[in-house]
Amino acid sequence: MTAQPTQTTAAERDASRGRISESRVPTRMGDGFMVEMTRSELRADIEEATQLAARKAKCPPLEADEQEHLLDIYASRASFTAVDVGEQVVLSCDGGGSKMTGTDLQDLLESEQRFGQDILELWHIEYSYKAIKTILPFQQQIMQNAQLLVTAPVQYGAQPNLAFYSKPDGPADNWFELLPRGDIPGARAAIEEAMEYATKDFIFVSEGMLDAGADGMDFDTTGGAGDADFFSTLRAVKHVREKYPEAGIEVGMAGEFVIGVHGELEWEGRRLAGMWPRQQLEVCQDAGATIYGPAVNIRTTKSCAWNIAYALTVIKPCMEVARIPVHPNVGEGVVGVPVNGYPPEDAVSRAAKACVEILRCDGL
Amino acid sequence: MDVTHALAAGMGGIRTAGDLVARMQMTRGMRLAEAKRYVADKLGCTERDLSDSYAMEQIRGEKGLGRILDHSNLHPGEPNAMYAKFRIAELLGIKINSVERFKELAGI
Repeated sequence: MTAQPTQTTAAERDASRGRISESRVPTRMGDGFMVEMTRSELRADIEEATQLAARKAKCPPLEADEQEHLLDIYASRASFTAVDVGEQVVLSCDGGGSKMTGTDLQDLLESEQRFGQDILELWHIEYSYKAIKTILPFQQQIMQNAQLLVTAPVQYGAQPNLAFYSKPDGPADNWFELLPRGDIPGARAAIEEAMEYATKDFIFVSEGMLDAGADGMDFDTTGGAGDADFFSTLRAVKHVREKYPEAGIEVGMAGEFVIGVHGELEWEGRRLAGMWPRQQLEVCQDAGATIYGPAVNIRTTKSCAWNIAYALTVIKPCMEVARIPVHPNVGEGVVGVPVNGYPPEDAVSRAAKACVEILRCDGL
Repeated sequence: MDVTHALAAGMGGIRTAGDLVARMQMTRGMRLAEAKRYVADKLGCTERDLSDSYAMEQIRGEKGLGRILDHSNLHPGEPNAMYAKFRIAELLGIKINSVERFKELAGI
């Protein structure tokens, strides 16, 4: 019998000579810069990220088939990708629109009639509850007028921004100056004073906008100033839920991990500092939120494939315990979307598809 | 970026039934599958129809739920905006805040 020649691929022959001939596909780094990577390199990034995320958040890594599906999404040369027909999700567009179309009313109409947004959001460029308090009647009038002109639900959105309540911007002592001096009791007292002002403002604005006809409130970038920022918001959410049982309340987070600036704050016996998305969701839904938006900040020096694998790993535990819709934040610089003023469509669409198909999320 | 997300994964707002499913998430805290089932039952269509602009253009027109308006699709005399929201509230069995506010201020 004649021996058959061994069949090998070009890649195997090159690998045996220490060369790699695997084709490279264009992909993105976390800052949006386009690079070329092989499928093996993308696979390695996904594996590394999900293992790291699992260790940090103390949750399971993505399953093998989920990693393979992510790889298929990211190792593609397509300039755009999308979810399957019928698998589309609700878009709650915090800070949506452009603010460059003339007026807020035109902006909302454009978002509804041209962009096809599912939940519209009225917001002011000074996107902070403390600032909005001073112009509330103007925002209320726009909301009332907008509600006459649009069909889709319109919520009102702003950020808690607790740090604005500390000196020199606000009345409370500045805990970020007290903490480095070791004055921990003084810093905590300052934080607690600021929290009182903040919750009052969040409630004042929420009541004003809901009385003007808003379909809901959006607390966007919650926890940006740490656990006290989160606590102030949860208190307002609870109040609004009790007073307006049918109102939508969205709590979108600032990051994957609640920083313990105060360190001792608890919500119904659960310490807020150090919470990952699953625990964040649990306190949000218990407080009365109807939509929870996890955020995972992007690492600019890592690929988008690495970033989405990391983000999905820490968010996935939410999906098992959620009683309310989960809308991962996919704006600039979060959950696989590059930090860039003009996030590239190839990267943005891949992040959206990955969230929907891996997490089975309820919206974005 | 808004447009990218809308094309990649969004239901389509009032082009489809995205606003209706969104209202069930906002007012009742329903998760996506439950909200889609609820709205599809109320409309008498399939869940896939909910994000199909062809199907929903017909259904929204028949039920007076408001449609996209442009130069080739004008529907004077058909409910839109606040008019449509009265019908949406009734169809979905929910209270829409702006509709309640409108009734109060108009003395209805």
